[in-house]
Amino acid sequence: MTVEAYAHDGTPVETEPCGDGPVLVRHADVVVTEDGVAHEATRPVVAVCTCERSQRMPWCDSTHKAVRRR
Amino acid sequence: MSASPTLPQPRGPLSEAVQRRLIGLPTATSTWPPIPEDPFGDDAQLGLWMLYELHYRGFADVPDVLEWDPELLSLRAALEAPFEETLRRLAAPYVTDALAGSEDLVEQVQSVVEAVEVAPLAAYLQRHATREQVLHFLAERSVYHLKESDPHSFVLPRIDGRAKVALAELQYDEYGAGRPDRLHARLYADALAAAGLRTGYAAYVDQVGAETLAVNNVMSLFGLHRRLRGAALGHLAAFESTSSMPCRRIAAGAERVGLPPAVAAYFDEHVEADAVHEQVAVRDICGSLVAAQPELREDVLLGVAACLLLDARAAERMLADWAHDDETERAS
Repeated sequence: MTVEAYAHDGTPVETEPCGDGPVLVRHADVVVTEDGVAHEATRPVVAVCTCERSQRMPWCDSTHKAVRRR
Repeated sequence: MSASPTLPQPRGPLSEAVQRRLIGLPTATSTWPPIPEDPFGDDAQLGLWMLYELHYRGFADVPDVLEWDPELLSLRAALEAPFEETLRRLAAPYVTDALAGSEDLVEQVQSVVEAVEVAPLAAYLQRHATREQVLHFLAERSVYHLKESDPHSFVLPRIDGRAKVALAELQYDEYGAGRPDRLHARLYADALAAAGLRTGYAAYVDQVGAETLAVNNVMSLFGLHRRLRGAALGHLAAFESTSSMPCRRIAAGAERVGLPPAVAAYFDEHVEADAVHEQVAVRDICGSLVAAQPELREDVLLGVAACLLLDARAAERMLADWAHDDETERAS
């Protein structure tokens, strides 16, 4: 899943992939998912789901761990 | 600002002597009673807990200056030594296996997390616990959650660079990200109040087991000693790595037994927050720390194992107490 994210004041966002877990995104105010929906990022750093099994899309809820262990 | 807590009931000669010294009563002898044989027992753990609390909120009627009283500090050191030694001994096999299995810190942390057996406390709370048992759990956890994240803040001035920035970032989120009403300790107090429980700092300390005191004390042990900063941050990484999924189960359990929404809301907040914090703590905090100071690698893994082993003991104790409740119920 590609992550598109931006800050209102134009600060460049930083992304950090976490193995088979989420992508950490810093300095973002908004994360845009593939369906074009904009999600407000309310934390200083957010974890965006990449396994697509999260029950709180687009945010990671650690479900990837259960997926991995199967 | 809430009032300072009152001193707990002593649980043996050592904790009684600590308490008498704190409130300025003359003690029977000029020396301390012997250090209890079991470093995980009630007397030793409560003694340590009282001594550590002098560094947090203190106690009503105990002079603040006693925080740096040389006699109390030397007693604390005498209690800490066997506690740390036992933790190191129990953690050693996990640390050795992790070091043998990989050279990558993230994988090493993960391997300890996967190796330590966890008691199915969250699953029990989700599916089986009675309302009373959920309330017991909330009270037991209140000893920590009402000062949530405070022990790890002691580490901030002791580290530098990327690890420091990441720890500050994580703590900022724990401390409400700029909003006092989102302070996690405050969210927990709101949950306790909604559940009809007491919200005072350390209000339930007389009711909790030695296992829960140890869960709290290990964070202070690691947090208050600069030499143990690696273990403090390993502890944080383990705590955050084992929080997100259990919190989802606990939130469901709180809803199942009909507790007000504020209870589930506290745990619900941690599903998402701790999925982030896990990655930040393992990679950006511990990873950066060990990259800058490779000699701290083993201590980080010690902290991971110590957190999980003590959490497992506390969970087993609660489950055992509840199994006993259930038997008594059936027998009556």
